[in-house]
Amino acid sequence: MKAEEYSRRETVLAGWPIAIETYRVGDTYHCTISNVDPGARFARADGLTREDAERLALEKAERHLGQTRRFR
Amino acid sequence: MAYTLPNVLVTTDWVAQHGTDVGVRVVEVDVDTTAYDQGHVPGAAGWNWTTDLCDTVVRDIVPMGKLEDLLGRTGIDNKTAIVLYGDNNNWFAAWAFWQLKMYGHEDVRIMDGGRKKWLAEGRELTTDKPSFTRATYKASGPDLSLRAFLPEVQQASQKKSASLVDVRSPQEFTGEILAPPGLPETCQRGGHIPGAKSIPWAKACNDDGTFKGFDDLKALYGAQGVTADKPVIAYCRIGERSSHTWFVLKYLLGFDNVKNYDGSWTEWGNLVGAPVEKP
Repeated sequence: MKAEEYSRRETVLAGWPIAIETYRVGDTYHCTISNVDPGARFARADGLTREDAERLALEKAERHLGQTRRFR
Repeated sequence: MAYTLPNVLVTTDWVAQHGTDVGVRVVEVDVDTTAYDQGHVPGAAGWNWTTDLCDTVVRDIVPMGKLEDLLGRTGIDNKTAIVLYGDNNNWFAAWAFWQLKMYGHEDVRIMDGGRKKWLAEGRELTTDKPSFTRATYKASGPDLSLRAFLPEVQQASQKKSASLVDVRSPQEFTGEILAPPGLPETCQRGGHIPGAKSIPWAKACNDDGTFKGFDDLKALYGAQGVTADKPVIAYCRIGERSSHTWFVLKYLLGFDNVKNYDGSWTEWGNLVGAPVEKP
């Protein structure tokens, strides 16, 4: 099997630039969320559709990002 | 100009062709320790950096006996060519590389571009976990010339005896954040070690995750005064991103005296009374 329908895009979530990486292996879509800088993966989810996997991963990511404090 | 030690890098093509050759062992090491289970390079072993590549009691690198056991049950002997790859542009593959070099393994290589490039190229994956015939492994060292401890870093900061390279993001360097967005805060104070230069690890990579060429890398570090004629100590938050930069400086650029400060900001930023610089 192979990773198919691979995609990577960047957006902003809860004020932080993030990268959304999604691909399908077999019947399962895997989605991982990374911060753009420094590039660390911090949320992931699987789903039977791309939309489900990304929605679940983004929900987790938003919760994690909500705990990141800025000190200025 | 070519990398100083180009044999430490292999391409995804090379792994596709030789990853299961006799005498070669491919190993995946990820930040996300579940990534291996989603699908990995056929024949690759999976190492968990949180349990396999550190001391799980004391904060330290993996003990020698534990490493020997890990390598032995992965079917690796002292002559095996170990090819490492992982997610996050090989952060923890570099962490494993650094420790394997500390313990004297001769032939360690990194798959350029890591897991990201393998996936993006639509290459073969498997969820099968391979079984290996146990091998006998005898480590040496550890070679502490590759590792910096706190007193040496304090001296480097005070006396400018080494170039300190902070490879975290600019927001971590300035103290705007205490950890990468979305990750738990693991230190009490933000900022950087006085005198450190900010050269984020990612500047050494292309968009596809592969390393930039020799000339670009030399220019990147040289522009900040980080050159081969002076000792260098790299640090980040927990020591894995800095092992990536350590790999670049030591093996791609050929610097003789480069150390990874794996205590990094989670040590310095939690020390009572430690000087902290903020721009």
